[in-house]
Parts: sequence; C-alpha cells; structure tokens
Amino acid sequence: MNYLRQVAAIAGKDLRSELRTKEALNASLSFAVVILLLFSFVVDPDSEMLEQMSGGLLWMVFAFSGTLILNRGFAREIPNDCLDALIASPIPGSALFLGKAIANFALIAIIEAICFPVFGILYNLNWTQQLPVLLGVSALATWSMATLGTMFGALTVNMQLRELMLPMLIYPMLIPALMAAMQLTTLLIAGQPIDAEHAIWLRVLIAFDIIFTSLAAVLVETVLVG
Amino acid sequence: MTALEAHGLWKYYGDFAALQQVSFEFAAGSCIALLGRNGAGKTTLLRILAGLSQTSEGQVRILGGNPRQPAIRARIGIIGHGIGVYDELSAEENLLTFARLYAIDHPAKAVDHWLERTDLDRVRRGLAREFSRGMRQRLAIARAFIHNPNFLILDEPFTSLDDRAIALLQGLLKDALAQGATVVLSTHQLKEALELASHVLLLNRGKLAFTGTRTADMLVDPGWVYRHYGEPTASASPANGESTAA
Repeated sequence: MNYLRQVAAIAGKDLRSELRTKEALNASLSFAVVILLLFSFVVDPDSEMLEQMSGGLLWMVFAFSGTLILNRGFAREIPNDCLDALIASPIPGSALFLGKAIANFALIAIIEAICFPVFGILYNLNWTQQLPVLLGVSALATWSMATLGTMFGALTVNMQLRELMLPMLIYPMLIPALMAAMQLTTLLIAGQPIDAEHAIWLRVLIAFDIIFTSLAAVLVETVLVG
Repeated sequence: MTALEAHGLWKYYGDFAALQQVSFEFAAGSCIALLGRNGAGKTTLLRILAGLSQTSEGQVRILGGNPRQPAIRARIGIIGHGIGVYDELSAEENLLTFARLYAIDHPAKAVDHWLERTDLDRVRRGLAREFSRGMRQRLAIARAFIHNPNFLILDEPFTSLDDRAIALLQGLLKDALAQGATVVLSTHQLKEALELASHVLLLNRGKLAFTGTRTADMLVDPGWVYRHYGEPTASASPANGESTAA
C-alpha cells in the first residue's frame, strides 16, 4: 500500500508541477499541431495515400512531440538538487520509475487526445470508427514511449546535451513499438478491425511494454546511483 | 551501539582518488563535525553516507545497515547543497510529497506540525519559488526533519542561512541529539560546528587526517585541529582555520 502511495506521490507531484507551468505541455502541443498543419498542405485529403500513411504520420508526430515531455521528466529534478532528495528518500527505484512513467504517460496522452480530433478535422478523416480499440492501441504505444523515455531520461539527466541525447537513444529502441502502433493505427483509422494478420503487431506492443517496464523498474536505481 | 562505520573507503572519479582508505567508527548519539578544506573529500564522503553515490572500494554501514536499504534511508535526514524542494509546488505540497515518500503514518498532521515549527504555516499555500531565501531554507529544514530521522547528514547546513534559520536548525539539532540521534555535519564554519560536535573527523586531500573526540582546546581555538593535523603549509595561515561566521 505504501508502495502505491509513493508511486502516486511522484506522479502527482510531476503532474501538478507541469500543469502549473505547462512548460513542456505547451511546447509539445504547439509542435504537434504545427507538424499536423504543415503536412495537411502536402497531402491531398481525398487521396488513398492519406489512409495508408495516417498511422505513420500520427505516431511520428507523437514520438517527436512526446520527446519534449520526456526530456522534462527527470530534468524537473535538477533545480535545487531535488533528485538527491528523492534518491535519499526510502522510495524504491521501481516506484520512482513508475511514478514518473505514469506522469509522462498522462502528459503524452493529453497531447494525443488533442491531436486526434485536430488530425480528423485537418485531414477530413473519420478516425472514430474503431475508437475503443484505437484508444487501447494508443495507450499501449504511449506506455512504450513513457517507459523508454523515463528510463533513458534517468540515464541522461546529468548530461549537458540531454535534450539531444534522449531522442538519439530512445528512437532506435522505440522502432518495434512505433512500427506496431503505426500499422495498427492505420488499420483502425480505416475502420477495419484488427484481424489475425495484424494481431502480431498487438502482441509486439504488449511484449514491448512488459519487457521494458520490467527492465526499467529493475535497472533504474543502478542508473541513478551507480 | 555503533551508528556509523566506514572501512577502507576509496572513491575514484576517473583516475582521481577523492577518498583514500578512509576508516572510522562512531557511536549512536555522536555529533561528528566533518572538517576539511575545499576539495578534501567532505561532500564525496557525505554523498556516500547518504547513499547518493557508491564507493569504489570499502564498506559503509549506517545504523547497522547499508545506506541504500530503504529501511535505513527512512531513518536518515539530509540537507545537502541544494534545498531539495520543488519551486512549482506550495510549501504544503512539498512537505506532503516528502511525507508520503517517507511513508509517514499521518502525513497531513506531520505537515501541519512542521509548517508551524518552521513558521511557514501562514504561507502554506504559497509556491516555494515565491518565497524569500530564508523561507526556502526553513522549508528545506522542515523537509529534512519531517520523518523524525535519527541519523542526520548535513552538508554545509549553515552556509547562506539567515540568523532565524540558523537558530531554528541549531535548536532542531540539539533536540535531535538529546533524543539520541547521530549527526554528521560538514562545514567551514568551525565555531558553530564545534559547539555542537562531540567528535571531529578531519579530511585532508581525501585522506583521514584526524578522528577523535572534540576537545576543549578546539572550542577555544577553532583552528587548532587544522594547525595540528591539517596541511602544514596551509595551516600557517590563521585565516584558514578560523571560523568564518560573523
């Protein structure tokens, strides 16, 4: 019970801080909307190509804008040496990781919740035909980004070029999850259910989340303290 | 009962040995003044004691356990170079966050108590970033004491504190010592430290130069320990060993 309270304390603190300043949220949202807007001038809304690339476009936008949020996760702990105060507290490394990953997940989910309707309007697409499944797939892929981003955020927190290093480290690792999310999102936006042929991508996403969540929860304390 | 023991500590940063074969033992209830000039290894040692850094070689035990064990960390209070509070959170939210991280039974009660004790209850909903320097320091003190630690690690705690915060911290340290807590205190302000200290640990370029009981000589002349056990060339200058507190 204490463990869950500690996770909630970390997540609550991060969300409260971010919602108060909206530092990363504003930057990330502006970035995402601008990319969607710019691409809307390039792609013909009536073309078949749009249907084929809808998932890819959306997840590239989420991946790039999400990094702005992920970068702030541990960087928020640098002023006033708050990271030391956190590490010195009796909170297990896994609880610290989970709290931060949940906060990152929630913030990226806010960006996605705004971007999906914007995408629908700009590209004249009915993206809600498979809404519950689409939300499930988005949640799984967003958790992939949140876990990997939080873990590598811990690794890069003391680096001077962390804003550059974090995307360089997480994008290659994130490829399986992003590919799965792109394939499934394209299918679901086209209004088709996940068939047997595409179910493999769902399994990839689930396996990715389980593996990286477990690894990060075990390794984060070593990453932070050495 | 031994509260703090270190055996053969070494800490390397690359090729540089910040600590070299440092060993000591102190009983529970001791107040240890950790002295040494800049670069002597005080902060490195304190970070190891606080579990914020690993040793390259050697072993540290605090209250009979490894400082990285959560059960041991729950009994340690730390004031480091930074104040360790979040600018975007209010005083109350900051303390509540740490009360929950330390799994205190009644976090709200503890927060009320410490806001009152540090005279911050009137501004409990004010954001830390809007506080004056003295108020932020008092908030940091409340954060470090909120879980009633029985082992305190303080790195330059009096530096840049206003007189009110110094009085508050000295009072809290005296109370903690009276209740049997162990305190490790690193400072350049020898007078304040030696008045509180029961023991002295002097580091010189990463090596243990002196460890023992704080004597009356040291109280009368705070620079005494530097002149007798510190670097011979530097100790010739009276300013080096004297208290900088005005």
